[in-house]
Amino acid sequence: MRGNNVLGLIFSNVHEEKVRELTDTRTMGSVPFGGRYRLIDFPLSNMVNSGINKVGVITKKNYQSLMDHLGSGKAWDLSRKREGLYILPPFGSESNINNSRIESLASIGLFLKNSKEDLVLITDSDIVCNIDYADVISFHVKNDADITLVYRSGKVAYGVSNPSVYTLDPDGRVRDMLIAPMSDGECSYGIGMMLIKRALLIKLVTDCVSRNLYNFKRDLLQRNIKSYRVFGYEFSGFTKAICSMGAYFEANMALMLPSVRSQLFRQDRPVYTKVRDDMPARYGLGAQACNSLVADGCVIEGEVRGSVLFRGVHVGKGSVVEDCVIMQDSEIRQNCRLSYVVTDKNVVIKDDRSLVGFQSYPVFISKGSTV
Amino acid sequence: MLPKQEVVAMLLAGGQGSRLGVLTKKLAKPAVPYGGKYRIIDFPLSNCVNSGIETVGVLTQYQPLVLNEYIGNGQPWDLDSMNAGVRVLPPYQRSRKSDWYKGTANAIYQNIQFIERYSPDYVIVLSGDHIYKMDYSKMVAYHKEKGADCTIAAIEVPMEEAPRFGILNTRSDGSVYEFDEKPKAPKSNSASMGIYVFTWSKLRKYLEADEADPKSSNDFGKDILPAMLRAGERMFAYRFEGYWKDVGTIDSLWESNMDLLDPNVPLDLNEDSWKIYSRNPVMPPHYISKNAKVQNSLVAEGCNVYGEIDFAVLFSGVYIAPGAVVRDSIIMPNTRIEENAVVQYAIVSENNTIGRGAVVGARPEDIADKDKWGVTVIGDGCAIPAGVKIPPKAMIDADMLKKEAAVNARK
Repeated sequence: MRGNNVLGLIFSNVHEEKVRELTDTRTMGSVPFGGRYRLIDFPLSNMVNSGINKVGVITKKNYQSLMDHLGSGKAWDLSRKREGLYILPPFGSESNINNSRIESLASIGLFLKNSKEDLVLITDSDIVCNIDYADVISFHVKNDADITLVYRSGKVAYGVSNPSVYTLDPDGRVRDMLIAPMSDGECSYGIGMMLIKRALLIKLVTDCVSRNLYNFKRDLLQRNIKSYRVFGYEFSGFTKAICSMGAYFEANMALMLPSVRSQLFRQDRPVYTKVRDDMPARYGLGAQACNSLVADGCVIEGEVRGSVLFRGVHVGKGSVVEDCVIMQDSEIRQNCRLSYVVTDKNVVIKDDRSLVGFQSYPVFISKGSTV
Repeated sequence: MLPKQEVVAMLLAGGQGSRLGVLTKKLAKPAVPYGGKYRIIDFPLSNCVNSGIETVGVLTQYQPLVLNEYIGNGQPWDLDSMNAGVRVLPPYQRSRKSDWYKGTANAIYQNIQFIERYSPDYVIVLSGDHIYKMDYSKMVAYHKEKGADCTIAAIEVPMEEAPRFGILNTRSDGSVYEFDEKPKAPKSNSASMGIYVFTWSKLRKYLEADEADPKSSNDFGKDILPAMLRAGERMFAYRFEGYWKDVGTIDSLWESNMDLLDPNVPLDLNEDSWKIYSRNPVMPPHYISKNAKVQNSLVAEGCNVYGEIDFAVLFSGVYIAPGAVVRDSIIMPNTRIEENAVVQYAIVSENNTIGRGAVVGARPEDIADKDKWGVTVIGDGCAIPAGVKIPPKAMIDADMLKKEAAVNARK
């Protein structure tokens, strides 16, 4: 049965400054990941797999690639007569155009008001994970919560901007919230997902705007943490925040681990993405591949080790690609040596080129470049 | 009233394909998986959309469940448009004279009503058992240019194979003077590909006449085409050059899959301007492990390869365990090849498990008696026990295994 009284909202432009190279011409949500996905596929699929029937994607800028990717929402089964996918572009006068989350939420006031779901699930698009929101929803209902914040326990990953750290009661009630505290120990930190009553969201947003307060974490959440029933839901499955180029690279490499793949790509909760109709990957005579993730449409005639190859990548004869992330339709011609390189889409590496980066600082080749 | 369509395609997909044995036990031939992610019917359907044909009737009869489900509303092929698109046409009951499709011509005859709704000028008749990429719009243009009543696509085949085909004997202007069905002594090597363009008004007339003839077998090759020739209608051969393969037998299906691994075979499925569309599995990219060996192979999404593959076509979700070897074989979706199993010259169908150390098929060079050699076929849903040896040319299906297990249990 579909439809569970929850409206999904995805911020597609958050934390883009953290991976400037990748978000130069696109949104955070449309950053390619894991051989065939875009980051937004994860929150979107998680929502659909949890029975959410109506999803709004909030955009701010550079959302051409995102719209191209999402299309009508068909690939996520969200192209529907009754609800489905809503792309929410910036709205309003120039001065208040979605500079902050609160402004974005205020600008979709009508959309929120006209929705009939009682709850709203708000997520960022820079977190890679496979989470069953149905559990979060039943947790929220069981606790009669006003707001449920999804958190993880452990050390906050390096590079996460302004992490929220929660103090929780044993029953899961959030008693206090600190933003970017001085601490490097174990803590309970937010991962950019919350469930909130729709009426309350509208009220809090209106409240903030009327007081000229525009910081979502500080003004909307922290200020109200004691006045409402705020609970924390712990998620302990595989989670990776794309908060730096290093983290992006690591997250891709983590997919080589069977344990990570089995958590992220579950048969009962598949990750959907736009269909491309490529033929299966073809390995030629003398090709060698090991410990790599290879998508449809690739043609491999050289050697690939420890790398993620997106759809339609060509590795020519005599080339060695080691510890690299090679995005869609890039072409590595003959006798090249690539190590710790991240190429964006449609990059051409001509014959005999050699490029070497380092694990914590991979070389990045921007979209459409020729080396 | 629906908007007029200049060309309507009718795809004959009702055949059982009995020569494919266990592979077509539960599905019609056009639904047989091919090339790591496709089904045979993806080729004519994709050719239609790529040629600008928007209306396709798919005539089904034998085991239509998988095929119906696969075609669905036609969306993967862009055939879900408002006034046109793909329609599945099974035989149906009417107030009198209801019948199964008695032959290829009768199948079209029973759907005259469907075709008439689009008031087409031309009807193109296709079959669902060939792998090829062809621009039908060029063939229709040729048909118009020649002022033909019927145009038959023809391809040159090696002379020694000609007796297996319907041979078209033509004059210098391309017009056909004789249609020779499987001749013992062929006069030419120009073989009919089973693709016909008809001027609809003419075809309709012949279909009705054919239906009225109780002695007719209601078949295009045996009845309609000869009748048109006898009456002196303008019939032309349209020369096609390129890859075309009938995949109606185990050997030809196996060969055609292997052709995809040969860079010298002119069948590129990655061509942007002529994509072959299909229903795509929702799976992550495939993973090749540290100790795997992968060469000369086609690997689809969701596979996990820990063993060794060479000249293999792996469909989505296949698992090759460490130490397992797959050579010169086709492994269909979600099959597991367990540790140290060896699969050679075989077609292993969907949802199978080949147990540890089992040996399926053999290489021709390892067999003394060449007559005993052939491609081994494992039907879907089989669990081949560990250590079992399946000889070359064998054909195994799940019911057979169950019976055998029951017999063994009684012992």
